Amino acid sequence: MSEVKVVDARNTFCPGPLMELISNMKMASVGDTIELLSTDEGSGADVPEWVNKVGHEIISNEKIEGVWHIKVRKAK
Amino acid sequence: MRILIVGGGTGGTVLANNLARRLAVEIRSHKVRLTMLTASDKHLYQPGLLYVAFGQMTPDQLYRDQAGLLESSVEFHVDPVVKFQLDQKQVVTKSGKTYEYDILIIATGSRIVPDEVPGLKEGSENFYTVEGAVRLRKRLMEFEGGTIAMVVSLPHKCPVAPVEAMFMLHDFFKARGIRDKVRLRYHYPVNKVHATANVAVWAKPEFDKAGIEYETLFNLKEVDPEKQIVYSEEGTECKYDLLIAIPPHRGMEEIENNKMGQAGWIPTHRHKLTMDGYDNVYVIGDATNIPVSKTGSAAHFEAEVVAENIESQIKTGSTVREYDGKVYCFIEGGFDRATYNAFDYVNLPVLKPPSKSIHWFKMAYNRMYWTTVRGLL
Repeated sequence: MSEVKVVDARNTFCPGPLMELISNMKMASVGDTIELLSTDEGSGADVPEWVNKVGHEIISNEKIEGVWHIKVRKAK
Repeated sequence: MRILIVGGGTGGTVLANNLARRLAVEIRSHKVRLTMLTASDKHLYQPGLLYVAFGQMTPDQLYRDQAGLLESSVEFHVDPVVKFQLDQKQVVTKSGKTYEYDILIIATGSRIVPDEVPGLKEGSENFYTVEGAVRLRKRLMEFEGGTIAMVVSLPHKCPVAPVEAMFMLHDFFKARGIRDKVRLRYHYPVNKVHATANVAVWAKPEFDKAGIEYETLFNLKEVDPEKQIVYSEEGTECKYDLLIAIPPHRGMEEIENNKMGQAGWIPTHRHKLTMDGYDNVYVIGDATNIPVSKTGSAAHFEAEVVAENIESQIKTGSTVREYDGKVYCFIEGGFDRATYNAFDYVNLPVLKPPSKSIHWFKMAYNRMYWTTVRGLL
């Protein structure tokens, strides 16, 4: 079981949380899980849209005390 | 106290000059020794590459001798580091010399790796190297009509560059009188035309007005140079006559070879700018893994924080400032107007309306850079 890598993109605007996630997904191996932390209001919807379009997998997506915690598994 | 700076780009040079002034007395009295190791005797103004591609600057204008940019008290050697032996507080250079340090600053930057995308190197042009920008300039001058596609790989330095290039392409072909024969297509990895919300809000209607077509959620998968088709991870494709790519980037090879960070990005504390696990090693500029823009601007502001903290450490025994995520970037909106983006970890970027005066300030800054990197401005 791979460990979950946390990408802390809280309070960042450029290039922003989703771009940080994409860059980290490129470095990951198939089956790896990345947890993105984001304070960008749009992340809750934008990240799943990208993940679904590219064909990865959302493990969980929740907002805890103003921070989105989105776990994504690399599927291909 | 031995301070060693590895890398002589914007971050390393601003830092060296800033420290040389702050510690002038200590350096004169031999209490502090400030050394820089670089891979080149030349300093390249990288933001100028975009202007080379569009025929607004020439390559020679982008270079200065690195030694001439540094305060005379900085010991400067063109001898790149090949081994970082952080636990022994020393590095080994290409020539075989060993340099010991008390404080190390890594400012080695990043590099493009077009080979990571099949067909990209053979099938596309880019403005991320001098050779690439010169070649693109020629291709643009020879282009008589057809589809020009822009594709964006991640991660890459200068996040606003693809948007700027599209506006400049529009104005370039308008000026050549053949804009109606050129189809401009922009492809971007996320669901907006730019990852930064305010840039996207501004750029989208401007793209519409300029007749620039766009496809979002287009993550570059591969290029077929023979068929002249670029494919996305999402299953879409675009036939092109000229493909302009923002190539993927990695940190420098030496960082990867020394296993200091995945893909060459060094794990760095986003406020302290120290390398994880090493309080005496700072990392600035593109080489870090912190989630801010990979730009000269970020490197510059980070260098100022590190310089102030090293001075404070030496003179008082403790650091005094934290990096607040500050970045300031000009954004060209074509050949005669520009805006800018300024933000930090707390304050959202607010885009000013594009104006001629900001554009001309950027054009002036392209020359003034040499004073900022010397630490005079």
